[in-house]
Amino acid sequence: MTTTQPEQLFSEQGRNPLRLVRIGAPKSRFSLNLGDIWAYRELLYFLVWRDVKVRYKQAKVGAAWAVLQPLLQMLILTLVFSRIARVPSDGTPYPVFVYTGLLAWNFFSSALTRCTASVVGQANLVSKIYFPRLIMPVSATLSGIVDFGIAFVILLVMMGYYGILPGADVLMLPVFVLLALITALSVGIWMAALNVRYRDIGYIVPLLVQLWFFATPVAYPIGELPEKWRIFYSLNPMVGVVEGFRWSLVPTTSTPDFRIIGMSSVVLIALLFAGIVYFKQMERTFADVV
Amino acid sequence: MGEIAITVENLSKRYTLGLSRRRHNTLGEQLSQGARSFFRRNPDKAGLDSFWALKDVSMEVKRGEVVGIVGRNGAGKSTLLKILSRITEPTEGEATIRGRVGSLLEVGTGFQPELTGRENIFLNGAILGMKKAEIERRFDEIVAFSEVEKFLDTPVKRYSSGMYVRLAFSVAAHMEPDVLIIDEVLAVGDSAFQKKCLGTMDLVGKQGRTVLFVSHNMAAVRNLCSRAILFSAGRVLAEGPSADIVENYLTAIDSSQVGSVPLGERKDRVGEGAVRVVGFEARVPGGTGGGSLRTGAPAEFVIEYAVKQEHPLRRMYAGIVVTDSSGADVFTCSTAMSNADFYGITGKGKLICQTDYLPLKPDRYWVNIKLSEYHGHYTIADEVIRAAGFEVYEGGDSGFVDFGKGAVVVPHNWRLSPGSDLDLQNCVSTKD
Repeated sequence: MTTTQPEQLFSEQGRNPLRLVRIGAPKSRFSLNLGDIWAYRELLYFLVWRDVKVRYKQAKVGAAWAVLQPLLQMLILTLVFSRIARVPSDGTPYPVFVYTGLLAWNFFSSALTRCTASVVGQANLVSKIYFPRLIMPVSATLSGIVDFGIAFVILLVMMGYYGILPGADVLMLPVFVLLALITALSVGIWMAALNVRYRDIGYIVPLLVQLWFFATPVAYPIGELPEKWRIFYSLNPMVGVVEGFRWSLVPTTSTPDFRIIGMSSVVLIALLFAGIVYFKQMERTFADVV
Repeated sequence: MGEIAITVENLSKRYTLGLSRRRHNTLGEQLSQGARSFFRRNPDKAGLDSFWALKDVSMEVKRGEVVGIVGRNGAGKSTLLKILSRITEPTEGEATIRGRVGSLLEVGTGFQPELTGRENIFLNGAILGMKKAEIERRFDEIVAFSEVEKFLDTPVKRYSSGMYVRLAFSVAAHMEPDVLIIDEVLAVGDSAFQKKCLGTMDLVGKQGRTVLFVSHNMAAVRNLCSRAILFSAGRVLAEGPSADIVENYLTAIDSSQVGSVPLGERKDRVGEGAVRVVGFEARVPGGTGGGSLRTGAPAEFVIEYAVKQEHPLRRMYAGIVVTDSSGADVFTCSTAMSNADFYGITGKGKLICQTDYLPLKPDRYWVNIKLSEYHGHYTIADEVIRAAGFEVYEGGDSGFVDFGKGAVVVPHNWRLSPGSDLDLQNCVSTKD
């Protein structure tokens, strides 16, 4: 019939010892079994690929939305904050200032929103087939990368128009992209698991995202805040992300406080780890509840 | 050979009733429960609202065996498969599976309607646990098996349901797991394709793969499986050669399908309530209650009613609508259709609707029951949707019966009428 490759051969004469699948209560609450996700990395890839494909297939103008959405947002915010409210922008042209913020923010907020819905939205998969459930929030988070890429190209065009050239700091950008992903994932994993049990989460998260937007210096510079509040404000990990995006892309903006970014990263990692533990705990009943 | 592929030890699964999608427990309740479950290994401490879908099930399956799992709905078959597929966790007990597990509880899991057939082969394959390289290698075989070559680049939302199922099954049929777990998925698709699938399964077994196969198709179990296990109420009732177990099962349903479904307490009903449906039974005529309903055999639908008012009901109409498990109507039997009239009804009693030929394919069906009263105009006295379910089994002992397409089986016969000269002339003239 077909040629057998070592990984899919059914061990003839024990040449290839069969994988043992043990089913039952886990030995420890903290056995996260993350190796399982690695084993299913191709599924992760296909789920991201599916999300991206479907997103661009369904909408009539397809990819144009990835361009239009941030541009229109930028126009609205420029009109409201710069023209009407006269918010300063650290000496950067306001459209570039707000767009760099939006780039980071949209990447984060759409990842969080998709992540929240990831398990509930795929109830059919959860109840019919096994795969490491964590793949759902992770793939939902990652699938925003293409939107981000498109929005990023627009930024380059804009910066060209305004004659802004990024400096060497741009090399730090991937770090902030990663930080935005981790922020979305560490909150999103909690929300995805909670959403299965409490459907209220589906209503709460959009409100949370909106509130969070105003607590993040997307449309205004951090310098507008009174000094004494700044430290509390910076507990919001997205402050570091947005500031970092701007700093790494636009040379004229101020340097973010890396101590605060480091601190919030530590908190994020802890939140992420706890989220994974909670998710793993909850996933055992997903199929029964979803 | 002789090596054990699946070991199941004292596997139990408890479900909490009402733990459905609409449950929103209070946070306080949740916290205390969480705290308890954190320190627990004492799952027996459950509330009253729970039941064991599976209780102390132990079994062993040898490598290369094709084992049929049979039993009535709710016997725990699907729960067992879900646990062995790692979709849900057992409450107690353990199972060990040696080798790569492929499970097929549904065909086309994760199919994305917007994507093309080609794209869905990869997506579905990945979901079923196949590697990309493996899908690529077997891509042509999958396409050939599915018979949808021409529509490979069409979004599957434009596929007919037959094409959809064929494509989905083809992907699944090309998994190469060591242990294959299949739920009632062969019930879909047209019969020619079903046979092709059954053939594949047979092949899979012969290749030395282990197969666990749940089905209501007793002929398929008998033909494909060497051994079968009969489940009842979450426990293993019997196991042995598939022919014996199938026989055992058919006798068991004959003796267990007794009695009516009580409906007096159902709350989801509409109507004035002058008369109520208090029970329903689908049975083989004879009144004793024994026997299972079979395709093409006589059947009786019995509505038990109770008049809720002092004075007699002037005139009563009754109707039942038989629906399939998706809720689609299959046919209606009503007193109006058969010109039956019932006057002056009081107290309790039974309305019996009899047919000499039950035109239903082997499957599970449901009934909606409606009682109406006429006093100058019609009023709905009582209506219960999805009041009760019943099972229809194969008619004869003739093996795998091919019922063809469509929802119902109609009694019919064929005869050949030799062509007249006129017809022949027509044929010739049109050919010119």
